Order: sequence, then C-alpha cells, then structure tokens
Amino acid sequence: MVGTTVDEQTEMHSQATVVPPRLEVAEDRRGAVEDFDQLPSEISVRDLDFFYGKEQALFGNSIEIKKNRVTAVIGPSGCGKSTHIRAYNRIFNLYRDQKAKGEILFDGANILSSQIDLLDLRRRIGMIFQKPSPFPMTVFDNVAYGLRQHYRMSRSDLSNRVEDALKRSAIWDEVEHKLNEPGNALSGGQQQRLCIARAIAAEPDVLLMDEPCSAIDPVGTAKIEELILALKNKYTIVLVTHNMQQAARVSDYTAFFFQGRIVEFGPTTKIFSNPAEKQTEEYITGRFG
Amino acid sequence: MSTVAEVRSAPPRRRSIARRKATDLVIKVFSWIGAWFGIAVMAFIVWEVVVRGAGALSIAFFTQPTPQDVTSTAGGFANAIVGTLVITGVAALIAIPAGFLGGIYLAEFGRNGRVATAVRMIANVVMGVPSIIVGVFAFAIIVKPVHHYSGFAGSVALAFIMLPVMARTTEDILNLVPNEIRESGLAMGAPRWKVTLGVVCKAARGGLITGATLAIVRVAGETAPLLFTALSSPYWMTGLFGPGGFFEGPVANLTKTIYDFSGSPYPHWQALAWGGALVIIIAVLGMNILVRLLFQRGKEW
Ligand SMILES: Nc1ncnc2c1ncn2[C@@H]1O[C@H](COP(=O)(O)OP(=O)(O)O)[C@@H](O)[C@H]1O
Ligand SMILES: [Mg+2]
Repeated sequence: MVGTTVDEQTEMHSQATVVPPRLEVAEDRRGAVEDFDQLPSEISVRDLDFFYGKEQALFGNSIEIKKNRVTAVIGPSGCGKSTHIRAYNRIFNLYRDQKAKGEILFDGANILSSQIDLLDLRRRIGMIFQKPSPFPMTVFDNVAYGLRQHYRMSRSDLSNRVEDALKRSAIWDEVEHKLNEPGNALSGGQQQRLCIARAIAAEPDVLLMDEPCSAIDPVGTAKIEELILALKNKYTIVLVTHNMQQAARVSDYTAFFFQGRIVEFGPTTKIFSNPAEKQTEEYITGRFG
Repeated sequence: MSTVAEVRSAPPRRRSIARRKATDLVIKVFSWIGAWFGIAVMAFIVWEVVVRGAGALSIAFFTQPTPQDVTSTAGGFANAIVGTLVITGVAALIAIPAGFLGGIYLAEFGRNGRVATAVRMIANVVMGVPSIIVGVFAFAIIVKPVHHYSGFAGSVALAFIMLPVMARTTEDILNLVPNEIRESGLAMGAPRWKVTLGVVCKAARGGLITGATLAIVRVAGETAPLLFTALSSPYWMTGLFGPGGFFEGPVANLTKTIYDFSGSPYPHWQALAWGGALVIIIAVLGMNILVRLLFQRGKEW
C-alpha cells in the first residue's frame, strides 16, 4: 500500500488474525442502536475539497458529525484525516497556500465563510494535536490561557475553573501540587491531558483530536481513552486515529477515509462488523493493499 | 550441492579497514590541531592583555577621567567607560526593539513574501558593510548637518550595525520554534499577535535574549564607527545637551581612547590603553559566557 508507515503495516497484519475485531455493544455505544437521522448534527460537512497549493488532498467530503457523540476518523496514513479535521477550526489558514472549498455548517453558519469570527470559532471548536504541545508557561497558566483570552473573570473564579478543567481532564490528582511548574515538565501523557484541560477550560462545544495518543505510552493512552468516553456526554468529539482498536473502543460513529475521499461512514459497530464497502473491509481486516 | 551457492558471484572486495582507520586518525589529528591553534591564538591575546593591562587597573582607573597632563601618572579611564556604556546602551535601545520587531516580521508574517525577501537581502548586505563605512554614513547624515560630533551620532552608527544582526538572529531563532506551538496557540482562539508574543517568543526567550546580548557584544568593541561620530574627549560627558553633552558634543569612549593612548609616546598612557583593552575583553568575554551558560539555545522546547 502506498504511504503507510512500517508501524501501521505491522499493526494491520497483526489484526489479520483477529478478523473482524469483535465489539461489545455497551449501553453507551449508541451508534449501534439509535436512529442516526433523528440525532441533531453538530457539524455538517458538504462537498469539502481541500488544496495544498495546486495539489488537491480532499475530494467532496460530506459527513454529519452528531452532537455529543464520538466520531472516529480512520484510514491509512496520508489519506487526509488531519487535513479534514483541520478545516473545522480553519487552522490551515496559518498557511497561505492552503485552501478549502465547500461547506462546513456549524451552528447555522458556514465555517469556511470569510464572515466567520475565527477567534470565537476556535473557542467553540477546540483542538488536541498529535504531539502534546503545552505552552511554555506554568500548568496553571496553560489551562488559564483560553479563559483569559475569552472571558473576564475574577481571580478566584479563574482558579476554580482551572481546577475544574483539570479535574474533568482526569489530571488534577497528578498536578495539584505542580500548578506553578512548567507545563512541559510533565510526562507525555500528562502533557496531552493538560492540553485537553486547556481546550475544555474555554468551554468549547466540539473537541477535535488528531491522533492524540500516537506519541503516548499504553498507560497514558488508556487514560486518555477513558477520558474521551467521559467527555462525550458534554462535548462532541471528532477523533482521528490510525489505531482501529481505539476507534472501536471509544467511538459511536466511524468514517473511513481513503485517498482524500470518505469511503464509508456509519455506526462504528457496523463499520467494524459488517462494512458495506470492500475497501473498508480490507482496511479494517488488515488485508489492505 | 546447492545451486544457489554456485550461482552467487564472488563477494566484492572489502575496503581496507586499516586504511579507513588511518584516514580517520589523520582527519582527527588535523582538526584537533586546527581547533587548538585557534584556541592558542586567543589564549595568547588574552594572556598578553592580562599581563600588560592588569597593572593599570586601579581604583583611579575606574574613578578618574583620562589624564590631560602627560607628565602626571594620575588619571584613569572612567569617562571612557561611562561613555562606552552610554553610547552602546543608547544604540541597543534603538536597535534591539526595532530589530526584534523586524525579525518577527520576517519569521512570522513576511516569510517568503516579496517584501520580506527584499528586507532580508538588504539586512544581509548591511551586515557585510565594513564598519568604517557605517561611521562615514552616520557622519554624513548626523554630524555634517548639525556641524558637531556627538555621542548620539556614535550610537546611531552602532545601532545601524546592530539592527540587521538583531533582526536576522531573531528570525533564525523564531524559525526554530516548531509550527505545532503556533498552531496550538491559534487553536485556542488567540489572535496571531498574541500567539507570537505570548507563546512563540516566550518559547524562544532564551535564544532571543542570547541574540540581543550577542548583538550588543558585537558592537561594544567597535572603533571605526566612532572615529567620525562620537570622536573622543578627555572630559566627562556633562549631560544630554551643551558642548560636552551626549547629543551635542564628542563623548569619551573606550575603543577610541585605547586607539589614541596606545599610539601615544607616553608609557603611562600606553599602560592605561592596555588596561582599557583588558576591560573590554573581560566585558565581552564575560557577557558571551554568561548568556551561553544561562540560556543554552533550543533547550526550552
Ligand atoms: N503541508 C502540506 N503540504 C502539502 N501537502 C500536504 C501537506 N500536509 C499534508 N499533505 C498531503 O495531503 C495528504 C493528506 O495528508 P494528511 O491529512 O496529513 O493525512 P493523514 O492525517 O490521514 O495521515 C497527503 O497526501 C499529504 O502528502
Ligand atoms: Mg495525520
């Protein structure tokens, strides 16, 4: 297959022995039982094309991201997963030659329109990156960053909210006595949960996570997965992952991307047990390419 | 037996390991000699200046102005030290903020745009201009129109040398900050300028402070730009204005005074010049070592 890393290939091969991954449909795995069309959409993407200069990376992506659900975005590396979610908060605007076409509807407006207030958009749609990226400041100031940026509040209110965000990110116990230490002195997994706390402190509606566990050890990964499951009651989460077990464990809906196109989108249980498309099946069973 | 073994061609001839080791040794020895030659030359200069200059360093050296009476053995370099501090300080006040903002523009906003490319090229050219030309330039634009030498003209000349150094250093250092840092700042909904100053520059602060300090150190020892501007003076600077003032009169400074005194026929003046040279070397070396110890570049992210 073109463009996969050695890691991914070995991972896919190892999965070939457990085909197809069996999923337990727990009560909160709503993707399996609920009526998709009845659910409110948080974000509706319609015919999204994306260009790096003249190079087109996304082709006519359309997808409904449901409110308070975890939507997993899977697919081989280089298929456009990051590119796709980086359009939701317009972070690609940092680079002059990158352009998106189409519609991404969020709260009644097109995110891609020039009228959108980017600062408020990014408060409402937070992002967690692949590499934990705490700011060069204390743990406290990291979490307070968005609060100070977007809200006026008293000191005591600020520290209460910082504490609350750290608790909701399941990291309070580990940093309670390190609030005034630099954020990048924490372990990788802790840094990532600190970044999650930083994002949720600003009270977003959506959390975009771009392979949040790929730079983190298994224990840290388990903690973050647990956290994602806890957070989805309050937030709409879009989780990019190249780890299919992870998608199966935490997501309600799954979109399979291939070469810039959304090949299949549906309830996670269905995608993993009974995919409609041949390419999807080949990918999830590791027979790809 | 096995056909595979028969089909296989003879293995290629191995390169001689002994020869590779010998080449390695020769290169090591030469680079070792090269490094130590440089260090030895510098050690020799420092040693010579210390031996000859240490004797001149007395309380009077740091408290009294340069002597005017060739027969007396009184006097010091205090007015020149103060003058150099003021001239270099004012130059830094002009060039560091301007160079810092210029560097931010180049790294964060202009990037590969046409304006930034032109600015970058001009900065590179200016950095290559001999410092005496900068002195003549400052003479033409400041000294000539107002008809008197001044410490300020000296500061402008030094600032002109510092500015492109500061801008390019700032740019280089900001370019070392990974894009993830910028993206995660912007993803929090902060405006670009806030992310640049509060997150990107903060991440690079060690390098930025080192760069600014090295830009100051770079001009602290300049003589040529002061020859046509601050000139020199046997007196204390008397303030900002008036004939002995920073803006309106020549101002004593270390390098020009060393230049004058070392060329004089009086042994006491020559000794003072060695003392002045020692002070500059200690200051420049000290600042260099200090910032490198405090901020090892790239350590903070
Ligand atoms: N900055 C960039 N400039 C040009 N092409 C890019 C850039 N980033 C990604 N691409 C291309 O876009 C495609 C999708 O990349 P990406 O979204 O990063 O994939 P994924 O996240 O699924 O691994 C790839 O073909 C990649 O080469
Ligand atoms: Mg990616």
